Amino acid sequence: MTDKPWEPRIVAFFCNWCTYTAADLAGVSRMKYAANIRTIRLMCSGRVDPQFIMDAFAKGADGVLIGGCHPGDCHYGEGNYKMLRRYRLLQRMLGDMGIEPDRLRLEWISAAEGDKVKSVINDMVEKVKALGPLDLPGQFQSWDREVMTEAEALAHAGHQEAK
Amino acid sequence: MIEPVRIGFYVCHCGTNIAGMVDVEAVAKYAAKLPGVAVSRNYKYMCSDPGQELIQQDIKEHGLNRIVVAACSPLLHERTFRTATMKGGLSPFFFQMVNIREHDAWVHTDGAEATRKALALVRAAIKRVPFHKPLEIKRVPIHPDVLIVGGGIAGIHAALTLADGGKKVYLVEREATIGGHMAKFDKTFPTLDCAACILTPKMSQVNAHPNITLWTMSEVAAVSGYVGNYEVTIKRKPRYIVEDLCTGCGECVEACVYREPRFADEFNEGLGKRKPVFMPFPQAVPPIVVIDPGTCRVWTATNGCKKPCVDACGDRKAIDFGQKEELKQIKVGSVIVTTGFKTFDASRLPYYGYGRYSNVYTALEVERLVNASGPTGGEVVTRKGKHPQTVGIVHCIGSRDENTNKWCSRVCCLYSLKLAHLIKEHTGAEVYNFYIDMRTPGKSMEEFYNRIAGEGVHIVRGKVADVFPDPSDPEGDRLLLQAEDTLLGRVLKFPVDMLVLATGLEPQADAQDVRRMLNMSCGTEGFFLERHPKLAPVSTFTDGVFLAGCCQGPKDIPDTVAQAGAAAAEAYSLICRGHVEQEPNTAYVREDDCSGCKSCVPLCPYTAITFVEDTKKAVINEALCKGCGTCVASCPSGSIVQNLFEDEEIYSEIEGILAND
Amino acid sequence: MSKPKVAFYWCASCGGCEEAVVDLAEDILGVVEAVDIVFWPCAMDFKKKDIEAMPDKSIVATLLNGAIRTSEQEEMALLLRRKSQYLIAYGACAATGGIPGLANQSQLEDILKFAYHDGPSMANEAGTRPQTTSTHEGHELRLPVLREVVRTLDQVVDVDYYIPGCPPTPKLTKAAVGALLEGKLPPKGTVLAPDIALCDECPRKDSKPTDLAFTEFKRPHQAIIDPERCILAQGFICMGPATRAGCEAVCVRGNMPCSGCFGPTSRVKDQGAKILSSVAANIAPREEGPIDQVLAGIPDPVGTFYRYGLANSMLRRKVTKPA
Repeated sequence: MTDKPWEPRIVAFFCNWCTYTAADLAGVSRMKYAANIRTIRLMCSGRVDPQFIMDAFAKGADGVLIGGCHPGDCHYGEGNYKMLRRYRLLQRMLGDMGIEPDRLRLEWISAAEGDKVKSVINDMVEKVKALGPLDLPGQFQSWDREVMTEAEALAHAGHQEAK
Repeated sequence: MIEPVRIGFYVCHCGTNIAGMVDVEAVAKYAAKLPGVAVSRNYKYMCSDPGQELIQQDIKEHGLNRIVVAACSPLLHERTFRTATMKGGLSPFFFQMVNIREHDAWVHTDGAEATRKALALVRAAIKRVPFHKPLEIKRVPIHPDVLIVGGGIAGIHAALTLADGGKKVYLVEREATIGGHMAKFDKTFPTLDCAACILTPKMSQVNAHPNITLWTMSEVAAVSGYVGNYEVTIKRKPRYIVEDLCTGCGECVEACVYREPRFADEFNEGLGKRKPVFMPFPQAVPPIVVIDPGTCRVWTATNGCKKPCVDACGDRKAIDFGQKEELKQIKVGSVIVTTGFKTFDASRLPYYGYGRYSNVYTALEVERLVNASGPTGGEVVTRKGKHPQTVGIVHCIGSRDENTNKWCSRVCCLYSLKLAHLIKEHTGAEVYNFYIDMRTPGKSMEEFYNRIAGEGVHIVRGKVADVFPDPSDPEGDRLLLQAEDTLLGRVLKFPVDMLVLATGLEPQADAQDVRRMLNMSCGTEGFFLERHPKLAPVSTFTDGVFLAGCCQGPKDIPDTVAQAGAAAAEAYSLICRGHVEQEPNTAYVREDDCSGCKSCVPLCPYTAITFVEDTKKAVINEALCKGCGTCVASCPSGSIVQNLFEDEEIYSEIEGILAND
Repeated sequence: MSKPKVAFYWCASCGGCEEAVVDLAEDILGVVEAVDIVFWPCAMDFKKKDIEAMPDKSIVATLLNGAIRTSEQEEMALLLRRKSQYLIAYGACAATGGIPGLANQSQLEDILKFAYHDGPSMANEAGTRPQTTSTHEGHELRLPVLREVVRTLDQVVDVDYYIPGCPPTPKLTKAAVGALLEGKLPPKGTVLAPDIALCDECPRKDSKPTDLAFTEFKRPHQAIIDPERCILAQGFICMGPATRAGCEAVCVRGNMPCSGCFGPTSRVKDQGAKILSSVAANIAPREEGPIDQVLAGIPDPVGTFYRYGLANSMLRRKVTKPA
């Protein structure tokens, strides 16, 4: 595992009616694209809770991709508009937290656009590769090394009590 | 989860489709070690009978209470495996599917990478499935009535098929008469039988049928309700004639203050004239007149009109200038959309001279010219009254073009050959057809092509690049068509007296509005999207909404009628089943947890969420909820839950995907 | 039968939680009568060695407030954990990181540089910085180590209960102490405040419309807040919908929006993400340009949505590079 060059891991949330179907179409058409993406199927991009996005980053994702229907075409009318609004604020806020904007991406991909699935994924993988790993679990681990352990606290107390 | 989870995991080879790229044995071995997995197998074809039986057997023998299958897309086989799970004695929703074919084996080239991805996705599903709840498929009874939107040949055929079978049909048509585009055609290929002759009997049947409620001058204004139980508002525009009282005698037209017809006649593509009160066309159904407020002096003249039409109508009293727009509410269980097409606007290609030179016509205009009941009584004459001696017909106007419409409109080569035949028959002129590729698929179509070619029509392979007045014509009417005859390899100029543009078929201008009302999708070209191009061409992603005819894509009359019959059959099948099955992915508010913050109420486009004043809490109407989950993502206190897509289920998938590879 | 032993301690805090205990007013007499306070650096003269001398788990409950920012605070937290049956995170700082948690937006070095060099009121030509050790007349003097990351109490030790608030209200404190003394405690890990959002008890609830569609956002200094209407509906970010009830909407009654100090309900993992989700989804425009214009009214989303909860949010702190 350590010998292999680092490959970004991108979690994708695809809406059932448009993007997931488009990804199926890309598959049926045997289009080839980068293997870094792992998809979670939801009914609508409006279901994407910002908590999911942040959890994905916190658990080790280097990028998060959200796929929904084109504005005006949402199977449920307006879910994608809500996603767009959340996305605009979330992306800015993530930037304030040191997560580069290219790591979070929202794309409108309709059921017939298998080729767009391919091009978006390939493009995003390239961009995230250039940014390098985010590796928040690794970051948390290295930050938390500074915390005093139980053993250290006991040793310290003993040192005091001895005086 | 109360009892310990025992997962049965199955990875499908799908022949070599999956196994050729993903190491399925490694996947099965890996899954076997994951917490909660009691059985882990790999099998050649999980969707086959033995594959499904394997699941059922294992459930019994190994006391499984969750099933995960890694195979193709859930959009294809989720239902299959849920059924197998159910047959094994478990709730069908204790099942999760992993897509390692369309999303993995088929789209990646490195076996190790593809396998690694498969492991991550499998881990995600195995972590998710313990959280699944024993949901039940909801059965919603379906209303037996059917709404058909659009009264062209597709709508007419579907309506008759259903009505003959005893179902009550509402046929709603925007224009004043049904018949659609086919009513305007003269003869139809390949048999050259008369369109009106085969269409009008069906139109009359519609009018007479006790099971069909025919509403012309009507449009669908709003659709609410839910699958199987739609409440549709139909807007009936006034024709200022009382339908039940008009006998179609036409005396009002005779008596009109306008002695001669003066206004552009829409049915004749503007080539003829009509009065403000008119019969849409002689065989119109319903066979009653209509008054156009845009041209009638009752509205347009400052001092009104004496209304001799009312006098002429006499005791029948069928004219009502006070008629208002009416809104009708109907309940239906299924909808068949047959809204047809519109023709490409030839003025978008100015170099063909449409609108600039008076002898350039669209194919539809020429259909009216050759038609015996058209504006010229079947005489093919130019707008200046001349009989053409040479006629050019250019194929592919607007179609097969990156700049306008990419698609082939399917019927233009055939109707252009037909028009060539008819023009030649009516005028004896020399006819030149300019084509890029000659596309004449279908039964008897190739034979038709050969026939026309054999009649002496000149068929030139080459696109007409430019159209300009022939300088050698003193009257300045003749046009020169410059085209390369690619088979000869020479650029030639063809002088013609009349140019016919074979305009392609496009989606209707308001296709987007219509599809939103019915919750349909459109493909990239704008035609309504079918559920599956091969296996489900007349149904949509919404149960109970069907498509037929050119609104789904350009096609000829035989295919249109075939689709209309198919859509009627599928609607009939649904009605006979009596219920629609709804995926139980609706959201619900946990009443104790809800703080009444009202943030969710404005989010729902189906107004499924209401705020109850008594309890000061939000509540979701399960019947209206369509399961998008937007409110769930928004609820700031986490008090709304979506079945099948609960927060814990998604978090567990995220965790599974990202756990150390 | 000796009275149950109770301890109070403060870490990275403002002292408000000590005042909150004092704010029990007359009720404090009842508390003092019922328990034996064995440690309270702010109010009583017990020493650390007194605690070290006690047997483990001999203190029934320690109410520890303040976030964990230094090695000393970690040591004390670990010590009090050893010596207490119940360790209770008292106040927003201990529970979710509180205001000190916002320091997680900065690097420690930048904070020290500003405090000891660049600050406008700083005159420090010698460039003196606090050192963790220094020797003076043969004695080694030590100062606690400042950590890079601000932490909640439960990111350092095992915590039994949480009493949220900045500070917790007297009512909440009284209820918690009462439950403790009566032995009627809920399952371990419970936050001792209602598990429902503030809107439930907000006096302005009825004035909140059901068709919220924001066209702009304002901050409290930019306009006068109408004292009768729902504050969020007026375009000011009020964290109420994403924050636990239990404070009786004291800030709202003071005509200020709720800033979220009670933390989220148990069903929410990241309070800031949830309020972002709700507020953003409810804006009116649908196109990127107009959307951004409306959202520009929230210039500091981290400070607004994570005012008390950055330390235990999902991201915890601003990402440092390189990884």
